[in-house]
Amino acid sequence: MAEAAESPGDRGRASPRPLFAGLSDISISQDIPVEGEITIPMRSRIREFDSSTLNESVQNTIMRDLKAVGKKFMHVLYPRKSNTLLRDWDLWGPLILCVTLALMLQRGSADSEKDGGPQFAEVFVIVWFGAVTITLNSKLLGGNISFFQSLCVLGYCILPLTVAMLVCRLVLLAEPGPVNFMVRLFVVIVMFAWSIAASTAFLADSQPPNRKALAVYPVFLFYFVISWMILTFTPQ
Amino acid sequence: MRKLRPPRSAHTTEKQQNRQSNSEFGDAATSLAANPDVTTISIEDPGETPKHHPGPPRSPGREEDDELLGNDDSDKTELLAGQKKSSPFWTFEYYQTFFDVDTYQVFDRIKGSLLPIPGKNFVRLYIRSNPDLYGPFWICATLVFAIAISGNLSNFLIHLGEKTYHYVPEFRKVSIAATIIYAYAWLVPLSLWGFLMWRNSKVMNIVSYSFLEIVCVYGYSLFIYIPTAILWIIPQKAVRWILVMIALGISGSVLAMTFWPAVREDNRRIALATIVTIVLLHMFLSVGCLAYFFDAPEMEHLPTTIATPNQTVAAAKSS
Repeated sequence: MAEAAESPGDRGRASPRPLFAGLSDISISQDIPVEGEITIPMRSRIREFDSSTLNESVQNTIMRDLKAVGKKFMHVLYPRKSNTLLRDWDLWGPLILCVTLALMLQRGSADSEKDGGPQFAEVFVIVWFGAVTITLNSKLLGGNISFFQSLCVLGYCILPLTVAMLVCRLVLLAEPGPVNFMVRLFVVIVMFAWSIAASTAFLADSQPPNRKALAVYPVFLFYFVISWMILTFTPQ
Repeated sequence: MRKLRPPRSAHTTEKQQNRQSNSEFGDAATSLAANPDVTTISIEDPGETPKHHPGPPRSPGREEDDELLGNDDSDKTELLAGQKKSSPFWTFEYYQTFFDVDTYQVFDRIKGSLLPIPGKNFVRLYIRSNPDLYGPFWICATLVFAIAISGNLSNFLIHLGEKTYHYVPEFRKVSIAATIIYAYAWLVPLSLWGFLMWRNSKVMNIVSYSFLEIVCVYGYSLFIYIPTAILWIIPQKAVRWILVMIALGISGSVLAMTFWPAVREDNRRIALATIVTIVLLHMFLSVGCLAYFFDAPEMEHLPTTIATPNQTVAAAKSS
């Protein structure tokens, strides 16, 4: 702005002045128009400014992230051949799901000896440590998927099992008995199959064809253990 | 024999051809020196010579001995060993060499540990200078959960009819099982490897295994316990002990046949003691797991009754 106000006066007074100004003051881009157009940092700065989140309201920011998480939830519930889950990975969804699952699996008493169920920390460690191990395994087998992409997919695919946990807690409010158990068994088996189907739909393509089974088996074991924890949950 | 080992066949034929060509050259060289008439014949029809000599130049008896002793594939072993040391240990590629297996290889190794061929060496037959850590790691992980979950299920089945019994998931047992299984699958191979190194420095043995090969053999030999642990759910003492005996016989024989060539040249007493120790440790693992994780069906399950005061009261009232 200041430079624009100055320039007409400068031009009127002396002709050699713009030459010196171009050398000393780099910010004058009108005199050397080539520089501003070619350099890449300039262009990226403009794009960054366009999508800047500084000026928008907090509500918009939160809603956008929540929408991204919700969109990924929909991808897990209805697995299609799509790369959205892989391309824009985030760990918010896995964190939410894992904490929800661990909280719901937590029993009333903190006495591990008495009820013998998994504690909050144990669920948390199993989910994250298991996901990291499976990811490392698939990377070591030669899969072309990044570390956090795989973590993201494995974490998001717990969603059906979290839903199963919610259903189980609701069913457990009713009269306990064989019918009650059968309903829970059915729900957990269906959701377990769902988790496996969703995660393999996203992950299997990243493996060499002759090693797919080796990469999928740990995923199966991982969700099987989580399903077992959900099925054996009994509130005290 | 060939049908039993599908992955070998390709390599074997290739190698045989190599050997044949080698021996041909060798023969040609020696016979050239001896009498020039023979060489002219072999030069005239080089394309037909493989058909005329379909049998391998080595006798079948020698081949078997080779496999047992580990002389087989010595050229290949050296080549692959040279390849593997290419990347240093802090890189990711170094660890990828331990997971360089395909699905069919893992299945073959598992099959090999389930159906051991008498007199055959598991390492030379299936692992062949490409020991993997995939099998041992995931077999151990599966075994941990198989033991913990089926132990829990069997306890539930034993006490199914009892009114006072309250189901407990016993999640703590997963971590106990993990500690036991992983400690066994890593510490025993480590000590065995150290022991074999020490013996090797004293007595020259023909066969020496690397640490990874020993870990690999131990890992795959544990596979038989996974179906066994699942079948242990059946609350019958006789069935359980028969299963333990079958599993121990199979995996113990795999271990014994693998490590016997490595100690064969040693002092007779030490060699026998080593094998007996290996099998005994294996037995302790299986029997210990059965005793700790699975309640005996005949017993009245006293520990649980004493541990929970509510149930003791209930039991006292009912009696």
